[in-house]
Amino acid sequence: MSTEDLSCQELVELVTDYYEGALTPQERERFEKHLVGCRGCRNYLEQMRKTIEAVGKLTEDDVAPPARDELLTHFRTWKQRNGMSTTA
Amino acid sequence: MRTTVFDSGALIRWSGGSQAMTTRLDNTEIPEPSLLLDEDQRLVQALKAGDEAAFMRIVSLYHPAMRRLALVYVADSAVADDVVQDAWIGMLQGIHRFEGRSSLKTWLFRILSNTAKTRAQRERRSVAFSNLGSADDDDEPAVEAERFQSSGPGAGHWLTKPESWQDLDERLASTETRRQIERVIETLPPNQRQVIILRDIEGWESLEVCNVLGLSESNQRVLLHRARSRVRRALEQFFTAA
Repeated sequence: MSTEDLSCQELVELVTDYYEGALTPQERERFEKHLVGCRGCRNYLEQMRKTIEAVGKLTEDDVAPPARDELLTHFRTWKQRNGMSTTA
Repeated sequence: MRTTVFDSGALIRWSGGSQAMTTRLDNTEIPEPSLLLDEDQRLVQALKAGDEAAFMRIVSLYHPAMRRLALVYVADSAVADDVVQDAWIGMLQGIHRFEGRSSLKTWLFRILSNTAKTRAQRERRSVAFSNLGSADDDDEPAVEAERFQSSGPGAGHWLTKPESWQDLDERLASTETRRQIERVIETLPPNQRQVIILRDIEGWESLEVCNVLGLSESNQRVLLHRARSRVRRALEQFFTAA
C-alpha cells in the first residue's frame, strides 16, 4: 500500500467506502489528509453529501384508496379461510 | 462486538450471535441480529391473531417502498401494483410459519422481490438481471477521466475543480430537482437502482439490503457507489446547465 499522497482521481472512488466506514484506519488517514489540502475534493465531498441528502428526501405517495380497499378484502378473505372471526 | 462471517463468498458483518448466516433465494428467513423492534414483534403477533389495524399499519409502513422496488423489476405501473398485492397475499399465507428470526421487513421484501422477479420473467419485460449480485456491470468511474490531469506532476488531480454547492440548498430542495433525481434513478442499471432505493431513499441499513437482495456487503457498496456517483454527476450537469 503506497504511502504517497492520494490523488483526487483515487479519492473520488473511495468516497462511499469512507462514508460506510469501510476504509482501514491508514486509508482513512490518507483520505482525510488529502482533503485538508484539496479544495476540489472538499467540494466534491460536499456535492456527494448534498446529493445523498436530496435523494433521501424523495417521498412516496400514500397507499391509494383502491389499493387499500383491495388489501382489506384480501385480509378479510384470509381471515375467513383461516377460521378467524371477521368482526374484530 | 462485530464478527465477520464468510459464507460462500458473501461477506456479512454480524453483531453478536453465533448462528451462521445463509443467503437463500427462496422466502426462508435469514437470521439477523436484534434489528427487531418491539413494535415489529407486537405487530406480527397481532397480525397472526387477525388484527386488522395491525395489518393496515404494516401496509402503511411498507406498501409505498414495495411499489417503488417492484417498479425496478416490472416497468409497468399496473403490473407493479399487481406484484405488490401478490406479495401481501404471500405474506398473509406465510405469516403463521414466520418465526421472527429475521425482521418482518426483510422477510416481506424477499417475498416482494421473488414475486416481482417471477412476474417479470412471465411478462417477458424483464430487465437484465443476469448478474444480479455482480458489481461487474461496467467499469464506469465515479468521475470521468477528462476531469483530471492525465500526465505530468499533477497527474490525477482535478483539471476542472468541482464547485461548492453551499448556496444551492434551495435549488436542491425544489420539486424540479427532485424530479431530476427521480429521472436519473429510473435510468440506473437495475442492480444499482435497487440499492440506492433501499439505502438512500428508504434509509435501510446495509445488512438489511444485503439480506433482501442477496448481496455481499462489498458488492452492495460498489453498487451504491456507482449509483450515487451517477446521481451526483447528473445533478452537477443539471446545475451547470441552468
